[in-house]
Amino acid sequence: MSKIKQKDLILYSALIIFGLFAPFIFSAFKVQLTYLCILIVLAMTWNLQGGEMGYNTFGNILFYGLGMYLCASVQVGMFFPLAEWTESGGEKTFVHTTAQYFQGMGVGLLVAAIVPTIVAGAIGYAILGLRGHYFAICTLGLGIAGGEIAGGIEIIGAGQGFTTPPFPAEIVDNEARGEFFYFLSFVLLIAAFVFVKYIYGSRFKLILNAIRDNEDKAEAMGIQTMKYKITGWMCSAFFCGLAGGIMGGLIGYIDSTDVAFDGREMGVFMVLMAILGGKGTLWGPVIGATLFHIFKEGLWTLILGWQYVALGVLIVVIVIYFPEGLMGWLREKYPERFGEVIDEKDRKASVELK
Amino acid sequence: MDFLIFKVPMLMVQASLDGILLGILFALIAYGMALQWGVMNIINIAQGDLVILGGYIAYTMYLAGIHPAWGVIVSPIIMYFVGWYLYKLVINKVVDRDLFISILATFGIAIVMQQLMNFIFGADVVVAQSEYGTTMLFDNSVTLPNSKIFSAVVSILYAIALVFYMKKSKLGRAIRATAQNARAAKILGVDTEKVYAATFGINAALCGIAGALIAITLTLHPYVGLPYTVRSFMIVIVAGLGNLPAVALSGMGLGVFEEFADYILGTEFRIGAVFLLLVFILVYRRFKLAKKREYLK
Repeated sequence: MSKIKQKDLILYSALIIFGLFAPFIFSAFKVQLTYLCILIVLAMTWNLQGGEMGYNTFGNILFYGLGMYLCASVQVGMFFPLAEWTESGGEKTFVHTTAQYFQGMGVGLLVAAIVPTIVAGAIGYAILGLRGHYFAICTLGLGIAGGEIAGGIEIIGAGQGFTTPPFPAEIVDNEARGEFFYFLSFVLLIAAFVFVKYIYGSRFKLILNAIRDNEDKAEAMGIQTMKYKITGWMCSAFFCGLAGGIMGGLIGYIDSTDVAFDGREMGVFMVLMAILGGKGTLWGPVIGATLFHIFKEGLWTLILGWQYVALGVLIVVIVIYFPEGLMGWLREKYPERFGEVIDEKDRKASVELK
Repeated sequence: MDFLIFKVPMLMVQASLDGILLGILFALIAYGMALQWGVMNIINIAQGDLVILGGYIAYTMYLAGIHPAWGVIVSPIIMYFVGWYLYKLVINKVVDRDLFISILATFGIAIVMQQLMNFIFGADVVVAQSEYGTTMLFDNSVTLPNSKIFSAVVSILYAIALVFYMKKSKLGRAIRATAQNARAAKILGVDTEKVYAATFGINAALCGIAGALIAITLTLHPYVGLPYTVRSFMIVIVAGLGNLPAVALSGMGLGVFEEFADYILGTEFRIGAVFLLLVFILVYRRFKLAKKREYLK
């Protein structure tokens, strides 16, 4: 037992050291690495929902977009009138000082984490009572409604978008901005991973799995399923909100349907990454997100203009041919590595039956 | 918020008539969705994009100098084969599997279709002019484009034709049998694979008709498919599978709701209101069923 733990320790410390030094070694890819961290967080938290609980949601984008708008609004609104900022060219009139920028970012991220969590808790009781595909379609509707409504609200820029505060001009060093956002997202990634890992070792995960496998029976066994479902959704919302907040600062510009409530890109990506890696596994979403990101960044420029066609085809192929994902495939192939014991006699018997 | 509509009764008449005519069109799309949902048990997110593709077929005819109204005959024929090939290519692999897989797979198809339409037809908002003129009612205070009336009439005619076809023809009987029990139908000699392909083709053809009508009455854009999917989904869950009068009624109801939302909330919130209505309907039904300790299946 201790041997495995030692192995894990080496793996984790290697990954953390890599994460710490990556922006300096691959300084040209800092933004990509930041994206990767955010994508992994999104995939992992989606996995809590779709993989462990069996509630396939398209609606986590709602919390992502909400976090993005909230973080930027708080960051601006703490010091300047928000309405004037979002008027055309308004962002040029006001300039954040360095202290104001970081203060605003800190408070903004706090709000971006808390409010989506509360929203998830508030709507959870109504929405999570739906099951299966009704839940999927309902959350799809929620995400898109969020984008359409945000695109009509004047104070956050409506259709013309919202420019988030630029990085303080006093820090002239261009590298600093990238490093700041990288480490912010890296800390978020570690926090999310530790949290998900903790959940994987807890009773909570077993309850989520029970809900996935058979909700009625779980209820009959005395589990208050609704309570756990809402808690699970709130956990996802917390990290999605934070990820959105960081992403808003990184991109520097928020558009209601193309950046924030981007159901067509981010909302699909998180589902796709989790499925590609393998739903319901700890490492699946991490691997899936990494592979997807490499594929996306590597091929996107080669097939300029055809990205969405490639994305759509990719979705269809993955969903039809690899619904179990990479981890599921490995598990099928090397079950002993996953700690599964196979009764050889039993296996042969089932093969003969076929 | 603007409550002008409640102060001017003629505006209400206008909105209701517009909504009803539009709703009949939605009902036609929803009927296609109910058909394939009932028979094949898949939810087709690409439904709206099939509609838009049908619309672009009519638009192409308009560009070629043919009157776009002929699209209601040409476009379903082309779309039937599009649907048939789509079934052979992708859909046949997701039938009998988890519904979420069909949702995701058709989502992928939707993305591909949107992008291809964007390449072929451009990202501009287009409309095919039918030049049918308008009808004035109540001392010119209510104006109805004749194209909308035309579209409602065509939709009703096609719906009636389809109902008769489903009742009387051999294929219609096979489709209904497969919807009731696919396995039993197979045992009794129905080629379910063929039935599924035909069902998806008919669904696509219905989308093609609706699309051609939308090209005349409303506007076309490669990315506006999803709202049509959501509308038809909404109509189907309110009306239930295979209940045609209810589908027509809830379609009209949705149309009227949309027109009123347009007047009250403003055009920029129209699509948002549609999606929120979907959420409200689902949540309402969930609470209603929860009283009986049941849930939506």
